[in-house]
Amino acid sequence: MSQYVKKDDDRDEEAEYSPFSGIEKGAVLQEARVFNDPQLDSRRCSQVITKLLYLLNQGDTFTKTEATEVFFSVTKLFQAKDIGLRRMVYLIIKELSPSADEVIIVTSSLMKDMNSKTDVYRANAIRVLCRITDGTLLTQIERYLKQAIVDKNHVVASAALVSGIHLLQTNPEIVKRWSNEVQEAVQSRAALVQFHALALLQQIRQNDRLAVSKLVTSLTKGSVRSPLAQCLLIRYTSQVIRESSMNNQTGDRPFYDYLEGCLRHKSEMVIFEAARAITELSGVTSRELTPAITVLQLFLSSSKPVLRFAAVRTLNKVAMTHPMAVTTCNIDMESLISDQNRSIATLAITTLLKTGNESGVDRLMKQITNFMSDIADEFKIVVVDAIRSLCLKFPLKFRTLMGFLSNILREEGGFEYKKAIVDSIVTIIREIPDAKESGLLHLCEFIEDCEFTYLSTQILHFLGIEGPKTSDPSKYIRYIYNRVILENATVRASAVSTLAKFGAMVDSLKPRIFVLLRRCLYDNDDEVRDRATLYLNTIGGDGSVFETNKDVKEFLFGSLDIPLANLETSLKNYEPSEEPFDIRSVSREVKSQPFAEKKAAAKKPTGLGAPPAPTSAVDTYDKLLLSIPEFSTFGQLFKSSAPVELTEAETEYAVNVVKHIFDRHVVFQYNCTNTIPEQLLEDVTIVVDASEAEEFEEVATKPLKSLPYDTPGQTFVAFEKPEGVPAVGKFSNMLRFIVKEVDPSTGEAEEDGVEDEYQLEEFEVVAADYMLKVGVSNFRNAWESLGPDFERVDEYGLGPRESLKEAVSTVINLLGMQPCEGTEVVAANSRSHTCLLSGVYIGNVKVLVRLSFGVDSAKEVAMKLAVRSEDDAVSDAIHELVAN
Amino acid sequence: MVKNVLLLDSEGRRVAVKYYTDEWPTYSAKLAFERSISCKTQKTNARTEAEIVMFDDNVVVYKFIQDLHFFVTGGDCENELALATVLQGFSDAVTLLLRGNVDHGEALENLDAIFLCLDEIVDAGMILETVGNMIAGKVATHNLDDGAPLSEQTITQALATAREHLTRSLLR
Repeated sequence: MSQYVKKDDDRDEEAEYSPFSGIEKGAVLQEARVFNDPQLDSRRCSQVITKLLYLLNQGDTFTKTEATEVFFSVTKLFQAKDIGLRRMVYLIIKELSPSADEVIIVTSSLMKDMNSKTDVYRANAIRVLCRITDGTLLTQIERYLKQAIVDKNHVVASAALVSGIHLLQTNPEIVKRWSNEVQEAVQSRAALVQFHALALLQQIRQNDRLAVSKLVTSLTKGSVRSPLAQCLLIRYTSQVIRESSMNNQTGDRPFYDYLEGCLRHKSEMVIFEAARAITELSGVTSRELTPAITVLQLFLSSSKPVLRFAAVRTLNKVAMTHPMAVTTCNIDMESLISDQNRSIATLAITTLLKTGNESGVDRLMKQITNFMSDIADEFKIVVVDAIRSLCLKFPLKFRTLMGFLSNILREEGGFEYKKAIVDSIVTIIREIPDAKESGLLHLCEFIEDCEFTYLSTQILHFLGIEGPKTSDPSKYIRYIYNRVILENATVRASAVSTLAKFGAMVDSLKPRIFVLLRRCLYDNDDEVRDRATLYLNTIGGDGSVFETNKDVKEFLFGSLDIPLANLETSLKNYEPSEEPFDIRSVSREVKSQPFAEKKAAAKKPTGLGAPPAPTSAVDTYDKLLLSIPEFSTFGQLFKSSAPVELTEAETEYAVNVVKHIFDRHVVFQYNCTNTIPEQLLEDVTIVVDASEAEEFEEVATKPLKSLPYDTPGQTFVAFEKPEGVPAVGKFSNMLRFIVKEVDPSTGEAEEDGVEDEYQLEEFEVVAADYMLKVGVSNFRNAWESLGPDFERVDEYGLGPRESLKEAVSTVINLLGMQPCEGTEVVAANSRSHTCLLSGVYIGNVKVLVRLSFGVDSAKEVAMKLAVRSEDDAVSDAIHELVAN
Repeated sequence: MVKNVLLLDSEGRRVAVKYYTDEWPTYSAKLAFERSISCKTQKTNARTEAEIVMFDDNVVVYKFIQDLHFFVTGGDCENELALATVLQGFSDAVTLLLRGNVDHGEALENLDAIFLCLDEIVDAGMILETVGNMIAGKVATHNLDDGAPLSEQTITQALATAREHLTRSLLR
């Protein structure tokens, strides 16, 4: 307490005594005239410079003239012999960052200082001069800088080296000539000179892999004194390891011994850097990890928060890829849950959530419950996300975890936090069917007392889709109708929609729903009334209970497949007349491609046994394709590939293709971007030559009307192929279009265009395109349950291969299947490997593959392929894939 | 690579700051960063040991002495301990230069020394020096002619006085 009181006292005093209270730019600029006095008062001048710096530091800016004026008067101060003042002059020159023609004025003074006898002058003059100089001047002073680098005064040497690092960005060719001197400086006895020299040397040689490797080799053997330099060296070493691991199949990882040796360094900074470097090695083995984990574990109980934080953060990252390796730290982690520093506590919790096994979940949740009450929302969100992934990992534990989520949902919290919880519950409901009923009830309870309109409407919408499918839909009605009574207009409106959905889906509830909806007709909000009227009419509110027909369901549950922006423009253009607005007149062409697939790929649930749920990437494409009448008859979209680039980067037109596979058709979606501002492309089509794809026959094309600058557009070409057959082939493509010149100033295109063509690269439809990557959580169980009925086993020789790893990844890519249980990772220098793959083949046939690889001394790889699937023919097809 | 070094008062107002990246391009962006980091760390106790926090993909290490708050920010992948060393060097040097009277008023009185101190620790993001009394030493030699009392003592003496001051203020 005493401290607080004291602080307040200080504050009062300071307010009185602040030397800068009431400071004002104009006055200070006036004061700056003392710089011009014939008799310089260096003390006074220092003070004025400090004031100027203070102003700049507080965010004041000088106009161009003001800055120039100050700069000129400051240059006069080089006459003064006072060291303190000179230092301030250096500072203010750096802050003013003078223009090129102004620099000339100080150059000579600074060069004089650079060669002065006072080391302090030299070091600082170098830094200032290098900061403000340009290329031409640099050549003049280069000689001095080279000398300075090897100067025996380490401050001067460091100043020159650090300046070199900055100059390398602007004048690389000059700095690169200093290599010899820098090399000499690396051997310096002064710790920091070594650090700076090493940093500069590495940057000079950055693009020469061999040179960096040599540098690392020689230095890891020698003695590097400064801990900072040691840390740098560790970084460069791991870089070398990363780059060399590609072509290293023999024995041990190079430099690992050096990294491990650094774990016994006396400086914690170096130990930590080495430990982190080891954990980040690609394909690190548990044997390699162990010593690093051990030192990090020691750090966990350090008295220094920084050290604990660094260790727990690194372990947290390791837990994502090697949860087993981190389990040894669990006890220390648990004690960190009560750490003063909440960042540390949160990291500890999330690490534990990742490493925990199924049996420990309950205990862990108890600990977290206490912890949640005293951390900030942003940390809570991290925890909630971790719990969601834990729940997906251990579906059997959903009761505990769902209970926890619903508890925290009831507690205080901001919007982002609540949204994270709701999102998590929704994900769990979607992924774990057993959790649906309890999850929906939790959400219902939540909206009874929810202050966020957005969340209420989202939940109501979700409830409308999932609720009617449950065993007892009637119990949700109360919660929904309460919204109609108690909430604001937005929530009321969406509650009405939800009620209607229940009515449409559950016939037994219809009479009661109609009663409720009729009450809504007296609502005082237009939207609510309108919706109620609309729904009463569509699902038959005239009292008769009849089967809801398909159109109505489509209307209620289907999503609007028209881009909202297009609808908006069409509605704006619509003039009230006899003719009603026709929604079909709205263009369905998407102006800009919704690149949702990236997000979807990241979120894609892996390791879930569930039936092959279509991923949302497919969903997005599905909608896009269905909106095109020509393709709407093709049926369910099976798979969409990742985009394949058909042009080099930075060409006039950028095109990539997405392959959409249907049962009997293949649709190529060409995403085109015009990168020339002066051009407008019209009638863009792709001419596809399928002569090398015999089984395919072109059936439809959908040209793109216009492709303005920098707005991606799509054009499609559809092919027919034999049903269910994984036809393969090569396609060559030509972009054909009419180009019109655009006046860049007005943005208007000329009337006449010229027809033109642009050659694109070719691409292939391969067997992997017919395979959906769908993981399974327990491969063994899945394998057993498929049974040996349609098992096909055969052996193949893959011939000499670069490495086992390369062979494994080739086969995985060939099959296009999802590796399970981390079996895609091949342990370094192992002689055999087993890889488990799962996927869904065209026609929705589940396929599991067990691959056993072996490699002999001549690098001949042999493979045993065992396939189980739900269909005889598919098992054979997989073998054919490999055999070809 | 250090992204910024900040010296703020207990309410998050600037005493002296230095930014080395364009991550906060405008004055208001910088101020917003300072305010939020100060707000976030306000309630923590960073007096005996430096504390650390993740903030918008940056690692911030910080330490409070009296009503002065020291911050050093580095990128996501920066070695936390290296940043802590810079912070330690900065706070040590300031302690020495203010002769143990580490508070807001004293810092303003000696703002020139603080500016020089910032200049000596990091140059455009590159760590220049991390040892507190080396930094203070470099700054102090420049002030020799100032007739400041510091010139009368050696660095070791100064350090001793500083320590004494500190213990006294802690005991109070």
